[in-house]
Amino acid sequence: MVPTALKIGPVPGWAILWTLFLLAAGIFAWRVSFLVRLLRLGRADNRFDQIPARLKRVLVYVFGQRRLLDEPLVGIPHVLIFYGFVVFVMATTGLLLQGLFPSLNIPTAERTPILATVVDIFAVLVLGGLVVSSFRRYVLRPAGLQLTFDAALVNILIASLMVTYLLAEGFRLVVKPAEKGVWAPVGEWLAGLLGSHAGLHAHALTYYHLFWWMHVLILLFFLAYLPHSKHMHLMAAPFSAFFSQLGPAGRLPAPVSEKVRLGAERLEEFTWRQLLSAFACAECGRCERACPSFQVGEPCSPRQLIHNLKEQLLRYGPALLEKVRATADGGEPTLIGGLISAQELWGCTTCLACAQRCPVMNEHLPIMVDLRRRLVERGEVDTRLEEALRNLARYGNSFGQSERKRAVWTQGLDFKPKDARKEPVEWLWCLGEYACYHPSLQGITRSLARVLHSAEVDYGILFEAERNFGNDARRVGEEGLFELLRDKNTATLQKAQFHNLFSTDPHVYNTLKNEYSDLNHGRHAAYHYTELLADLIGRGCLKITNQLPYRVTYHDPCYLGRYNGVYDAPRRVLRALGVKLVEMPRTRANSLCCGGGGGRVWMEEIGEVHSRPSESRVKEAAALKDVKFLVVACPKDYVMFSDALKTTGLEGRLAVKDLTELVAEATGTGLAAIAARV
Amino acid sequence: MNIAVVLKQVPDLVEGLEIDASGKSVDPCSVRYILSESDDHALEQALIIKEQVGGRVEVYSLDTGEAKEAMVTALAKGADHAVMVDAGLESTPDNHTAARVFASVFRDKHFNLILTGVRAIDDLDGSLGGLIAGFLDLPYVGLIRKVQVEAGATTTIVEKEYPGGCAAELAVTPPAVLGIQAAERPPRYVPITRLRQMMKTATVEELLVPPPSLQPIGIVRLFKPEEGAGAVMLTGSLEAISQQVTGLIAEKHLLR
Amino acid sequence: MNKYIVVVAEHFRGQLNEITFELLGKGREVAKSLGGKLIVLLLGQDLRGFIGELGGADIVLAADGQEFREFTPDIYASLIGSKLKETCPRLVLLGSTSVGLDLLGLLSGRGAFPCIDSCVRLEAKESGVIATSQVYGGKVFAEIALPEETTLVAVVPGSFDPAAGRIHGNPEVQAFAPPPDMAASRVAFRKLIEPPPGDVDITRAPVLVGVGRGIQNAENLSLAEELAAALGGAVCASRPVIDQGWLPLTRQVGKSGMRVKPKLYLAFGISGAPEHLEGMKQSEMIVAVNTDPNAPIFSAAHYGVVADALDLLPALTEEIHKISMKKAS
Repeated sequence: MVPTALKIGPVPGWAILWTLFLLAAGIFAWRVSFLVRLLRLGRADNRFDQIPARLKRVLVYVFGQRRLLDEPLVGIPHVLIFYGFVVFVMATTGLLLQGLFPSLNIPTAERTPILATVVDIFAVLVLGGLVVSSFRRYVLRPAGLQLTFDAALVNILIASLMVTYLLAEGFRLVVKPAEKGVWAPVGEWLAGLLGSHAGLHAHALTYYHLFWWMHVLILLFFLAYLPHSKHMHLMAAPFSAFFSQLGPAGRLPAPVSEKVRLGAERLEEFTWRQLLSAFACAECGRCERACPSFQVGEPCSPRQLIHNLKEQLLRYGPALLEKVRATADGGEPTLIGGLISAQELWGCTTCLACAQRCPVMNEHLPIMVDLRRRLVERGEVDTRLEEALRNLARYGNSFGQSERKRAVWTQGLDFKPKDARKEPVEWLWCLGEYACYHPSLQGITRSLARVLHSAEVDYGILFEAERNFGNDARRVGEEGLFELLRDKNTATLQKAQFHNLFSTDPHVYNTLKNEYSDLNHGRHAAYHYTELLADLIGRGCLKITNQLPYRVTYHDPCYLGRYNGVYDAPRRVLRALGVKLVEMPRTRANSLCCGGGGGRVWMEEIGEVHSRPSESRVKEAAALKDVKFLVVACPKDYVMFSDALKTTGLEGRLAVKDLTELVAEATGTGLAAIAARV
Repeated sequence: MNIAVVLKQVPDLVEGLEIDASGKSVDPCSVRYILSESDDHALEQALIIKEQVGGRVEVYSLDTGEAKEAMVTALAKGADHAVMVDAGLESTPDNHTAARVFASVFRDKHFNLILTGVRAIDDLDGSLGGLIAGFLDLPYVGLIRKVQVEAGATTTIVEKEYPGGCAAELAVTPPAVLGIQAAERPPRYVPITRLRQMMKTATVEELLVPPPSLQPIGIVRLFKPEEGAGAVMLTGSLEAISQQVTGLIAEKHLLR
Repeated sequence: MNKYIVVVAEHFRGQLNEITFELLGKGREVAKSLGGKLIVLLLGQDLRGFIGELGGADIVLAADGQEFREFTPDIYASLIGSKLKETCPRLVLLGSTSVGLDLLGLLSGRGAFPCIDSCVRLEAKESGVIATSQVYGGKVFAEIALPEETTLVAVVPGSFDPAAGRIHGNPEVQAFAPPPDMAASRVAFRKLIEPPPGDVDITRAPVLVGVGRGIQNAENLSLAEELAAALGGAVCASRPVIDQGWLPLTRQVGKSGMRVKPKLYLAFGISGAPEHLEGMKQSEMIVAVNTDPNAPIFSAAHYGVVADALDLLPALTEEIHKISMKKAS
């Protein structure tokens, strides 16, 4: 009954199958080993630690398909196709073994109880999944999804594998009904349909053999083709998930060593995990759809970045492999200015929406920052950015103002905050340059000072000793500047006496928490001010004297939410204030970046900008019914959204408020209250 | 092309400055120093010439205690050699004194071009470049925005700025001194990593010269313009201010 | 040393520059106080047309020749230097200009004359001659007692009243030629480069809206254009804006740009560096807007506002439209 037991012409079926199988397997193995050798061009990166945690990653993200289910329209079909694949691998192994060894009685899935049912149903589910995903791909046409021949071919191959399986199944059951206990519902139904046609019935065996061979041939072709197509993501994804970054995303990798040239642009300067991103990428476009810069018309696209890395690797990697055997020297055309433009690198806001969405756990940010580091190393920095960097190095702030003016904001207070340089405090308030120097924000900084003072929080500031903490300098690629700032601040912090620290700026919070390692050996914890406020309100130290009757919406800052998972503390504060919180459609991890991160506030807008991310965001807020305030918890958000309200003409409709301002109003420490008391 | 660039440190106006008790000089404690902006352009122009026709760029500065970082930065940008001229001076002297020192240093060296910024914010007695040229009897052209050197050519073509956006193209026969207003490109950026590495490895030559005789300018007093002696300040909301300004414009019969 | 005041005249494209008249006016005043003579040094070609305008001078020393047609620092300095050695004046007045600045250093170095730059005030007193110069970006003034020897003083254009120097007359002219042993010039004039023809002649606009770095990017220029349009004026800029390429050279106001004297000059986001002030401080009414209350522009302006230019520009434009509409109805 096994099709390969018969002869085809003069040759036994199993001989033909063996030949084809070895051929396909050989092509597959050669190609996979070639891809692995390409990966080995990359430099070392220890991703072999904490194995149990890594296995858990694979379980949750690959087998649990966690990120794909965030978009149910494609998530559910993909789960079906994924598990269909898993099931079919099992079924196929049996089928192939049976074919290769026709004399042995191998228990194939279609003759085993339960398994037969499962495989049978999955075949239909996979087909159903393919119908939905093809509808989405070719009719709905979501942005970022590349309609390549490769993708179409893969869809056709999977579909035809399912169809040939079912047809082979149907005809087999016409020839010989199933054994007891084995029930393949679809197969049975097909058998009934096919068997009722006299012509088909008569030649059922032939048709069975035909579809069996077709199935096997398509299978073997797919096997050989798989590592040549973007579909290799299904082999690479479990590895990319296993080897993904376990540490916080807010901690960028430090440079390898002083002797190695800063950044990366040649293939051999990337890590093997970064190169693996290229093979793991399924070109699904979820990253690109989420990218605020791409949405706005800048030439920046995370998908394109990975794709171009892949192109560079596949085109020029082979030559490098040969040279490695001979002599390791250059010859690789430059990546920056070649496949990747400097423009697209500077367009990134480092908001992390791309990496946060990626189903195969690719890490776009470190690749982008490595390329930026190389641009900075070559001095290829445009004038405005250069000015900001020079100001940061010289004055410790990007505004170009004297470091002696850092505490000028305190002059409006009727008390002097404690000087943490001179006396011990419980909380060290690391303000960040925007809170100190920006004219629109100094009033808000004073508000928070008063709120905390009234709650009798024991806090202090560093006055003139504080410098920019370096988060954005690092993300711009000026690693030396980051180190300079971090060293200066660390020296100051080590001399000060405090228990914990907090910041009003999520960027400062991120770098203090994740990148100032000297602080965090359990001694000092870093918090965002919203966490501190939530705690104070929760413990009753901060009394809400008037409930605020406003309808507001809240924007999750990138460096607070996506990067560090703080979504609830600000919301707890808002609830305690009595406001009615209405969420925007793009909320929490889907929050749309204001466009100011990654040093973008220091750069010109490039590309044809038709609508800034900040403008898109305020329009989203304004579309919510009767919402009066867009509440923010990041100074850059405040500035960006205030500007956006002006440029979109929405100033009358909506106002931007920092959470501090609402808290001040609700606790009776706002300016109006102070004026009333005087 | 052998080029010397003269760099000077000047007070950084971002930090503000105060006049000392004597009233005749700036209080050094109130001052932080920064490289004079047009000197930075002069260095950039020198490096551009070197990139175009080859040669050597040496940077010179008077040692008054603040110039080391500027010298190392120049080396990090591509200068070949840095010389700190120690004339026993504790603070920046007037340009005549400085020019005399540099003239004595450059007299026996064979530079094709000496570049320096056309003016610095603390210039009181003429431009350093012009004075050096005067002392060495070399030609001098100031307010230069472009320098064209061709390998093998006997003259250097420069563009000198005039008011109204005009410029004159002149041919200068080296050796000559050029006062640079602006380089053809903004001064290049040096990544901090490279600068920090340079600070550890670079060497700056210390050149000892006899202290010059000082003939100070007869400053009677330094003073700041009276605060508030200038504009009448308008205050209030944006709307109120707009109304006030519009009122002023209307008074001048300039509203249409 | 003789009680002579020497003024080095400047001309450009067939016209005597205004600075020459400023120096003449002040030179006459100082010469009178000292009881000395006012001498003008004039180099160029076809100088006859200028002589009549130099009536304020006692003597005009003129070198008329093809080789002096255009200013070149080398030969001008040689010639002027030799004349100064001959005449041994008390004071030599030059403009702190593209011409004067080059000459100042060369003459002072070659001839060992002391010199002072950036002079904005000059007084001859009993005790001697006192010059006041601006320094540190105009934030500090230095009062200097000139030494009792031939001293060169370069004056910032716009410091003195040119009307005092515009006197028609018939001064004594002494022509002179370069000495035969004078070294050949090492600087040769090749050509004049004019800026590309601009759309607007800002020197003729009655109202100018000036923008500086406070405008932040090229996009925001439209705010200034709208205000200028509402007032029937034009947009001009300080050097940083021009250097960025946001506006053509012909819109630059300042030392290297245009000198303007509109009825109204509105300065938005301009700090007020002396180089810019030189180009516009003689405007009839100056209203300055800057976020920095200590910006030097406020010392030159008649009215000042501490605000963000990007906020005030649209607010002011709106107010003007409102009033204009009221007037129309």
